[in-house]
Amino acid sequence: MTSAPLKGSDRVEVGPLADGTGTAPSVRPSRPRRRGRSAPYWFLVPTLVLFAAFTLVPIGYAIWLSLHKVKVKGIGLGKGARSEVWNGLGNYVDVLHNSEFGHSVLRAFGYGLIVIPTMLGLALVFALMLDTPKARSAPFARLMIFLPYAVPGIIAALMWGFLYLPTVSPFYYLLDKFGLPQPDLFNGGNLYLSFANIAVWGGTGFNMIVIYTALRAIPPDIYEAARIDGASNLKIALRIKIPIVMPSLVLTFFFSVIATLQVFTEPMALKPLTNNLQSTWSPLMAIYDSAFLKSDIYGASATAVVLALATFVLSFTLLRISDRYTREDRA
Amino acid sequence: MSIHRHQISRRSILAGAAALGLTSTLAACGGSDDDSGESSGPVKLTYWSWAPNMEKVAAIWNKKNPDITVTVSKQASGGEIVSKLITAKKAGNAPDLIQVEYQSLPTLVSNDVLADISKYVGDVKSEFSEGLWHMVTLGTDAVYSVPQDSAPLMFYYREDLFKKHGLSVPKTWTEFAEVARAAKKAVPDAYLTTFSSNDPGLFAGLAQQAGGKWWTVDGGGKWSVGIDDAGTKKVAEFWGGLVQEGVIDNQPMYTPAWNQALNKGTHLAWVSAVWAPGVLISSAPDTKGKWRMAPLPQWKSGDNITGSWGGSSTGVSSDSKHAEAAAKFARWINTDPEALAALVKYPAVYPAATKGQSVDILTTPEFFSNQKDFYSTAATIAATTAPSAWGPNVQTAYTAFQDGFGSATKAKKEAQFLSALATMQSKTFDDMKKQGFEVTEA
Repeated sequence: MTSAPLKGSDRVEVGPLADGTGTAPSVRPSRPRRRGRSAPYWFLVPTLVLFAAFTLVPIGYAIWLSLHKVKVKGIGLGKGARSEVWNGLGNYVDVLHNSEFGHSVLRAFGYGLIVIPTMLGLALVFALMLDTPKARSAPFARLMIFLPYAVPGIIAALMWGFLYLPTVSPFYYLLDKFGLPQPDLFNGGNLYLSFANIAVWGGTGFNMIVIYTALRAIPPDIYEAARIDGASNLKIALRIKIPIVMPSLVLTFFFSVIATLQVFTEPMALKPLTNNLQSTWSPLMAIYDSAFLKSDIYGASATAVVLALATFVLSFTLLRISDRYTREDRA
Repeated sequence: MSIHRHQISRRSILAGAAALGLTSTLAACGGSDDDSGESSGPVKLTYWSWAPNMEKVAAIWNKKNPDITVTVSKQASGGEIVSKLITAKKAGNAPDLIQVEYQSLPTLVSNDVLADISKYVGDVKSEFSEGLWHMVTLGTDAVYSVPQDSAPLMFYYREDLFKKHGLSVPKTWTEFAEVARAAKKAVPDAYLTTFSSNDPGLFAGLAQQAGGKWWTVDGGGKWSVGIDDAGTKKVAEFWGGLVQEGVIDNQPMYTPAWNQALNKGTHLAWVSAVWAPGVLISSAPDTKGKWRMAPLPQWKSGDNITGSWGGSSTGVSSDSKHAEAAAKFARWINTDPEALAALVKYPAVYPAATKGQSVDILTTPEFFSNQKDFYSTAATIAATTAPSAWGPNVQTAYTAFQDGFGSATKAKKEAQFLSALATMQSKTFDDMKKQGFEVTEA
C-alpha cells in the first residue's frame, strides 16, 4: 500500500459517521458580526502560505521543468557544455509516445483489477462478520486483521519477497516435502498475483476498519425493525448494511484506485530478486527511473504531470459517478 | 534498487539516505570571499562519500591539519549520488569533495559538477597505473579526480569442491565453459556460477577485458558509442550460450537465494572483484577458508588482461570555494602512506595507488586465511587491468542492460542476449542524441 489511504484515514472515519447517524449536533452558527469580516481570512493565512510553499510552488516548478530540456553542445564536457532550453510540449509528446510508460499504466491497471475487488471484498466480509451479534472475540480479530497495515510497506515487500524465493522460502520447503507443484511466483501473470497478495495483506485491515466504523454507526433500531419483519442476518447484511455503508465503500474504492496507480514499493523492493521485473514496471517506477537513474528531471516532470492529471480526471469522474449513484439511491 | 554493487556501497545505502537532510546546510557554510584561502579561521570542507568509516580517515587529516577541516557526509552510491550531485550543483551548493565512481566521471564532468584540479594534483600521476590515470583525465589535459580504489576482476572458486569433483582452475574462457559443463555433470543441482542481469558493472568489466570500448571520443570531437562492439558481443554470446546450455545459472546476484547458493556450495565459483572477501563473509559465512582466488580466465591463452567492477576516486566540485585546499586533501587521502593504511583499515578499500597495493599495508583477508599470497596475487592482477571507456550516460546503458538481459536470462536464449545488447546500444545512443551530444555509432 502507498500512503494515500493513510492520509485519508481521519476524513474517512468522520464522513460516514456523521452521515450515517444523522445525529450530528444541530448547532446553528450565529451570524458573523460585520466587524470581524476579515477574521476568517486571517485564520486561513497560515494554511494558504504553507499550501502555496509546499504544494503550489513545487507543482508550478515541476510544470516549468516539464516544459524545458537540456541541450548539450559538442561532446558535452567542461563548463557551459549544457544549457537548459525551452522545449514547449516536447516532453509531453515524448511521454504520450513512450510505449514503456503506456505499458506501465496498463500493468498498474491489471494489478488494480486483482487488488481492488479482492481487498475491498475481503474488507467488507470481515467488517460484516465482525458486526454480527454472534461474533466472538471481535476486538482481538479486528486487531489481528488490522495489524499488517501497521507494517511498513518496504518491510512487508521484503518479507514476502523472501517467502517467494524457492530456495529460501519455508512454503516451498513444505510444498517440496508433500510433493506438491512449486509455482514460480515471479513469472508472468504470477507476478501480478504476488504483488497483489502483498497489497491485499497490507491493505485489507485498513479498509475493514473504515467499513466497520460505518457499520457501527448504524442505529440498532433499524435491525430490530428488520428482525421483526422476519429478516435473517444475511438479509440484513445485504439489504440494510451494505446499502447504508455504500459511501464508505465508494471512498475506500476511490483511495484504492489512487494507490494502485501509485504502486511503487512492492515492485521496487522485489526487483533485485528476479530477472522478470522491468525498471519501468509501474508508472512511478518509470518516473523514478528517468529522474534518478537517467538524471532527466525534465522528462520525469512531464511524466509526473501526466500521471497526476490522469489520476485527477479519473478521481473526478469516479466521484461524479458515485455522487449520482448515491443521490439516486436516496431519492 | 539498481545500485552499482560494491562491497562498500551495499552497506551504506541506507546510511547515505539518512544523511540526506544534513548535507545542504553543511555545504552552504563556506564564506563567499575566501577565494584566497588565507582568511582567518580554518577552512571547512564537506566530503560526500558512501564508504563506511570514512570519517575515521578524515579525522586523521583533521588532527594533522587544523587549518583545513574535512567533514564527511554519508551518501548513497551508484546512480543516486550522481543525481543528487547534479541537483546540488544546480542549486549552487555541491559539496567540496566528492567520492566518484569511475563510470560516473564523464556524467559529472558533463554536468560541470567536477573542477579541473590538474594544477594542484597533476604531479601525482606517477603514483597510479596508466589505465587508472586515464580514467580520471578522460583522456584530456584536465584532471577531474584522484583515484582512490581499484577493483580488478578475478576468479574465485571453492578450492575444496573443485578438488572433490576433480575440476581444474580455468585459465581460458574455453576451459571455463568446460569446467562449467563438468561441474554440472558432477553435481546436477549445482552450477559453476550465475549470470546476473542485475549487475551491469560486472558485465562491463568482462567486456572491458574482451577489448570492448563502450564510449570513445574520436579525433573529430564526437562521441562514439560501441556497446555492441565485437569484444562485448563475444562476452554476451559466451555467457548466453552457457545459460542456454543450462550449465550456468540465471538467477540474479545479491538475493537471499544467491547467498544461500554460495553458502551451501551450489555455486562453485564466482567471477568477482578484489572486494569479494567482504561480500563472501556476509553472504556465505559457512565457507570461510574454503575459497581461493585466481586470475580471471583469458580469451587467448597466454594473455594477461582483466577488467574491473567498481572502484572510485576523489574529486573536487566546481562549487567549492576552496578548490586548492580540497585538492590537497584529495591528494593526501589517496597517496599519503598513513592515509592509505587508514583507507585499508577503516573503509577496507583496495587502494588505487601502486604503493598502497604493497603487502606492507594489506594483510591477508581473514576469510582467505588459506591463501597467504592473496594480496600479492591481487597486485599482479591489478597491474593487468585494461583501460575502461566510460561515457556521459552510463546509467541509461545500465538500466537498459538490466531490462534487456533480464528477459534474456529468464528465457535462457543465447540469441536474446545478443538482441539485448543491440537494444542497450540503441537506447544509449538515442539518449545521447536526444540530449544533443555529437555522437556516432561505432
